[in-house]
Amino acid sequence: MKTSMYKQASWDEPIIFNLGRKGRRGHRLPRAEEEIVKLISNMDSLIPEKMRRTDKPGLPELSEVEVVRHFTRLSEMNYGVDSGLYPLGSCTMKYNPKINELLAGLETFSTLHPYQDGSTVQGILEIMYHLERWLSELTGTHEVCLQPAAGAHGELLGTLLMRACLESNGECEKRTEVIVPDSAHGTNPASATMAGFNVVVLPSGPDGCIDVEALKSGVSEKTAGLMLTNPNTLGLFEKDIGEIAKVVHEAGGLLYYDGANLNPLLGRARPGDMGFDIVHMNIHKTFGTPHGGGGPGAGPVGVSESLSKFLPVPRVVFDGKRYRLDYDRPQSIGKMKGFYGNVAVLLKAYAYILSLGLEGLKEAGEISVLNANYIMKKLRQVKGLTLPYDGQKPRKHECVLSAKPLKTDTGVTAVNIAKRLLDHGLHAPTIYFPLIVEEALMVEPTETAEKEELDWFAKVMQSISHEAYTKPEEVLEAPHNTAVTRLDEVKASHPKTMTLSWRMHLKRQSVRT
Amino acid sequence: MDELGIKSIDELYADIPEKFRLNKQLNIPQTGLPESEVKKHVETLLSKNRPSSSMPTFLGAGCWPHYVPAVVKEIVQRSELLTSYTPYQPEISQGMLQALFEYQSMVCELTGMDVANCSMYDWATALAEAARMATRVKGRNEILIPKIIHPERASTLKVYADPVGIKVTQVAYQKKDGHLDLADLKSKISDRTAAVYIENPSYLGFIETQVQEIAAEARAHGALFITGVDPTSLGILEPPGEYGADIVVGEAQPLGNAMNYGGPLLGMMACRDDMMLIRQMPGRIIGLTTTLDNTRQGFCMTLQTREQHIRREKATSNICSNEALCAVASAVYMALLGPEGIMELGETVTLKSNYAISLLSKIKHVRAPVFKTAHFQEFTVNFDQAGLTINEVNRELLKRQMQGGKDISKEFPELGQTALYCVTEVHSKEEIENMARAIEQIVHGR
Repeated sequence: MKTSMYKQASWDEPIIFNLGRKGRRGHRLPRAEEEIVKLISNMDSLIPEKMRRTDKPGLPELSEVEVVRHFTRLSEMNYGVDSGLYPLGSCTMKYNPKINELLAGLETFSTLHPYQDGSTVQGILEIMYHLERWLSELTGTHEVCLQPAAGAHGELLGTLLMRACLESNGECEKRTEVIVPDSAHGTNPASATMAGFNVVVLPSGPDGCIDVEALKSGVSEKTAGLMLTNPNTLGLFEKDIGEIAKVVHEAGGLLYYDGANLNPLLGRARPGDMGFDIVHMNIHKTFGTPHGGGGPGAGPVGVSESLSKFLPVPRVVFDGKRYRLDYDRPQSIGKMKGFYGNVAVLLKAYAYILSLGLEGLKEAGEISVLNANYIMKKLRQVKGLTLPYDGQKPRKHECVLSAKPLKTDTGVTAVNIAKRLLDHGLHAPTIYFPLIVEEALMVEPTETAEKEELDWFAKVMQSISHEAYTKPEEVLEAPHNTAVTRLDEVKASHPKTMTLSWRMHLKRQSVRT
Repeated sequence: MDELGIKSIDELYADIPEKFRLNKQLNIPQTGLPESEVKKHVETLLSKNRPSSSMPTFLGAGCWPHYVPAVVKEIVQRSELLTSYTPYQPEISQGMLQALFEYQSMVCELTGMDVANCSMYDWATALAEAARMATRVKGRNEILIPKIIHPERASTLKVYADPVGIKVTQVAYQKKDGHLDLADLKSKISDRTAAVYIENPSYLGFIETQVQEIAAEARAHGALFITGVDPTSLGILEPPGEYGADIVVGEAQPLGNAMNYGGPLLGMMACRDDMMLIRQMPGRIIGLTTTLDNTRQGFCMTLQTREQHIRREKATSNICSNEALCAVASAVYMALLGPEGIMELGETVTLKSNYAISLLSKIKHVRAPVFKTAHFQEFTVNFDQAGLTINEVNRELLKRQMQGGKDISKEFPELGQTALYCVTEVHSKEEIENMARAIEQIVHGR
């Protein structure tokens, strides 16, 4: 098959320090008025001499248009949801409505200072208050805290809440273990460790779900809790969730819900009803806010009633007339970060929920499931790919295929497939995750992929498989059509060649010459 | 559905046990609104706010008002950047990777360090992670921090430190100028100290001048020296790399990011070129490399074996999503200003804030600043002699369409009725004078 016509821009764009010219300026900020300069004598008397900077900072010197062109060119060498299909499993790369960007950019919001008097921020507090209530309804939790800045930050809060709960029961010394399935996101064990717990890894059952018998033997008087993603990272709904909750609770542990995969369940099922005590949400996944190349996102956490008292301060409260921030929570764990959370992101989520309503959210989840099952059906027919774990069961928002047969037959691996997809103007799926699947390709089309796009994706996957069997070098040497060809990631991390800043680059060059 | 051979979407949900299927109404809006109505609804709600764009606001304390150039706003709305995710596939993500590499590089230039990561959530979490990093590097578990620190930063540090048994101890300040009490530092530092942390400018706006002494004290005990900074000061203040900092943290929101009611912010973290430090650094770090065929330069994420998606429970941190787009905004901002611009910004802020100090200090019964020493951007104003609480002063200012400084009387009871004021380049001479005049009226009833 002829490849697509895709060709990413490939500017020969220098590092910004190699652009511009001495003395150029891209922006002039206001200066102090002349009268002030006269009155306030000279700078030297204001900054103690020993603390005065003596050298000019080595920033680049560019005109405004040079800066604009530089970063515009860089943006042309990047790929976003607005460029095309982005089926990056577990990341829920759905379309980000433009109206939300416009609203978050309004000065009536963007120039608000977090310590302004309550009477001057009633509008934003009302939005935060309602968003908390809505998220709490959608997840079936008692109270939601908007403070965490990202999903992993929410996980950390969640595990700290487990700890706070144990401390108040006097069980902190005893319950030192958090159980994490082997299919879990890497953030789960990392978060549990940060909160001071030991991680116990639970192997998945043959059907890819939690093996309840294994769980029963895994829990003990040391168990603080279980962190679970449902649907799990294979896209499978944990069918025994009722039993799982019972086992964990009877052992005296808490059940934690990793909300990375909440999208398919909105309006259909709620983690709180399944027995989860702590739930985090990824606003940038489920509620349609842009991922920004790696952030900012937001990771609100919902909890059951008994844990509410431990949530970080402040809480947004409403007395029937006015909204205000309440710091009077003596049992609160304290602060997870400065201020109240990534409010600009939360504001977009508020507008998103308003735009879709419960009906729309439910429909979005349903279509994401339909799309995942459709693409799964197409992809499992591709030669060299298999669908590990129960092939009869529907997936939820994502599916995980294995390219192991293709690797055995042709030497073409998951990473090669990923790179070849880029050549067709498609983003790659998540690869080599979950760890329990060899040569994993984790595909999450989301609800915003049209059928034609999914058909195109499947067709491209077919063609890559065909290439692998006929002229594998085409695939092994991919990508060809991106801004750059395959990068040397080993060189990037090797202590001898590692270059993490412009100054390190100059230092290395001077050593070489 | 035809292709899948199903008649209803319910069939795809059949594996959810009956009892967990939602069968009640939820108390959220049922039906979505058209875009025009969403816009109207949100605009109406936001119009209840009184933003600093329409009301002179003299607040800082970790989130500062600065002008955000139109170019910055334009670039971060470029949808190839805005709607992308973490550059796991570097070949198709060179734009984001290069922009982040340039952000890291410019942070290094400002701070005088060699390596920066491409962001933490904010200053508070950057400090908390730096403290944990220091304890791993040193194999020790005590951190010394100044008594004068933002309470939210101290609280975040404690929340991150407690579970892993890190002991955080505060070092007293000198009453006359607020600077670190070196005698107290000497009495608290030991061979259990993993790091000494200071802030410059301090939370209360004064410039800590004993940096060499503090650095030497830390070194003498084999501890790391961590410095917290507001990077807008680094056009005129000595960069921490020049006075011996091993790790620098700070808040880069003021470099091109709006205040957004306190979030997102942009946690900055940098360190020296030392593999002991770099290997323990949390967060994403972008590196310069070449293509495999060595024909072209390119960028990719480096040292990923520190990170959660590879190392899981042994990772240096759980951080995944960070504040990448805010870092791009800061890169654009620093590139626009250049060395001259960033120096001018520092000068303007110093001049204007000192102008405000000079006006306020002339008002009888008002003390500004409390500490007789040099200040940058923020300063304390005390109303004890006027017999007024900050609450009363701020209420009166609000009546005059102004937002006064942050009430710190509960945070530092020993400083009495004191507020923390902030003046930057966005405040005009007239606004500063109006504020001083209003305070004079409030204090003297005229």
